[in-house]
Amino acid sequence: MINNSTMNRVDWPAQVSKIRLFLTVQLPALYKRYPFAVIGAATLLLMIFIAIFAPFLATVDPQAVAPLNRLKPPSWEYWFGTDALGRDVYSRVMYGTRVSLTVGISVAVLSTVIGLAIGLITGFVRWVDAIVMRIMDGLMSIPSILLAIALMALTKASIENVIIAITIAEVPRVVRLVRSLVLGLREQPYVEAAAASGTPLLKTLLRHILPNIAAPLLVQATYICASAMITEAILSFIGAGTPPNIPSWGNIMAESRSLFQIAGYLILFPSIFLSATVLAVNYLGDGLRDALDPRLSRRM
Amino acid sequence: MLSYIVRRLGATVVVMAVVAFVVFSLLYLTPGDPAAVIAGDVATSEDIARIRQSLGLDQPFLVRFGNWVWALLHGDMGTSIFNSLPVSKLIGQRVEPTLSLTICTLIVAILTSVPLGAIAAARAESKLDHAIMGFSVLGFSIPVFVLAYLLILLFSLQLHWLPVQGYRPISEGIWPWFLHLILPSLALGTVYAALIARITRASVLDVLSQDYIRTAQAKGLKESDIMIHHALKNAAVPIITIIGIGIGLLISGAVVTETVFAIPGIGRLTVDAILRRDYPIIQGVILIFSATYVMINLMIDLSYVFFDPRIRY
Repeated sequence: MINNSTMNRVDWPAQVSKIRLFLTVQLPALYKRYPFAVIGAATLLLMIFIAIFAPFLATVDPQAVAPLNRLKPPSWEYWFGTDALGRDVYSRVMYGTRVSLTVGISVAVLSTVIGLAIGLITGFVRWVDAIVMRIMDGLMSIPSILLAIALMALTKASIENVIIAITIAEVPRVVRLVRSLVLGLREQPYVEAAAASGTPLLKTLLRHILPNIAAPLLVQATYICASAMITEAILSFIGAGTPPNIPSWGNIMAESRSLFQIAGYLILFPSIFLSATVLAVNYLGDGLRDALDPRLSRRM
Repeated sequence: MLSYIVRRLGATVVVMAVVAFVVFSLLYLTPGDPAAVIAGDVATSEDIARIRQSLGLDQPFLVRFGNWVWALLHGDMGTSIFNSLPVSKLIGQRVEPTLSLTICTLIVAILTSVPLGAIAAARAESKLDHAIMGFSVLGFSIPVFVLAYLLILLFSLQLHWLPVQGYRPISEGIWPWFLHLILPSLALGTVYAALIARITRASVLDVLSQDYIRTAQAKGLKESDIMIHHALKNAAVPIITIIGIGIGLLISGAVVTETVFAIPGIGRLTVDAILRRDYPIIQGVILIFSATYVMINLMIDLSYVFFDPRIRY
């Protein structure tokens, strides 16, 4: 018991020296090897920070209307200016981070999990494969934004529905990837050996297949996250996405569509945030791919 | 070869059937009753029932799907809820701007991305390569409409070189038509070019490590000759494949680009239809776009034989 409690006690000096080691040695080494990935990860962490602490970072209520102050250019008082209703664009952009990150991460997680499940089944069960892959081919031949638009036209605008619509459009791509990886792995000697020695299918999937497809799947998930954030912005921009009462980057730009000739900053600031976040996620994805799959990184 | 073409055509029919089914289901699941909309506010429930019957809305799902496909095969895509015009006519009127935009974009994108990708591969791991690939990642991180606005701000509002928005039909002269298409094509083409450049680099890099390239270098051929005649030619199949797959990206992007640049094309029609919840138009547009995408990729699949004589079906 005594032994156990000493083990549980945090050894602060050791922790501090670990953090110091990370900041002074490991992080610079990582940066030297994967500079873009580290920059991407840092930018993404900053965006996550902004999303979490948006209420504290915002100077005023993002929905507060002030008709007297409408269309003010960026100034000390209104860092990113004000929109046609006099709302503070800076505060709106801070809150918009939440929408983009929520949609990007949710779609990445959901479509990866669903695509993984369908892909594993199609890779191992022949008759399901024939049917499911035809459906996936059909879904993939509908341009993803159009499919998301059509799904959004069916339901009422909400963030949940945006996530569901984009996920449905992204799942076929994950299924394709997982299936192609599984088909290759199925022929591997260690998988055949597992089957020959009577290992249950579920155990084979978890022990032999899943670890081998985790890396490419993770890389794919980051790319999906990036593309989902762009799709959300596009859907909101054309009026088929996040409801207008929620400040998302796409919505801020959509509201400013007719004003951009006189107030370009309304479009500029949300677009900088959106592009920087998507770029960060893409860099992170490229870095993960280089680190996890050296064979592919040489080629791409 | 013939058996391959037949099999490939068969697969295309199956895919289009799935697309049609998905698109029809979308309309079927639509909230609201078209009969009630047509009947108006003062209609009795018997009136609505009669309209439902005359429209065939009271029939089971599969019967309606069958009727719909039958009409579709005869070129009838239904009528717009908003202005009662046939959907095929509405789409037909809008084909020219969209076709002009996408063809211009294709040309711009391919002419810039393939050389850039090839240069990046030839100078792999150099500063130039990193710069080109860095721009390519940037290219598909900037949403189409953001790039569109930046281009308008710079070239139209600041420099006054190009028109801000709008479209001129080609019948009003090539020059005004072309001027109005420059910015939209650049905005739409960047994502697409970024994708093609990446694949071109990867594919050319693969070929450059082959023995026959070393042989060509040993023969003392010029680097440009090797690149064009040996490397690019052998790297063509993945490149044209991604060009085909990227058509989907181009179509999605066209919807947005047409909105920003106020181009009266099919994309604009789609956005208007969404705002008015005009489902028959949304259905028609998705069908037309998907069919185009499937057909282009079918043709690309079949064209592999011409690009690479080693491929035999």
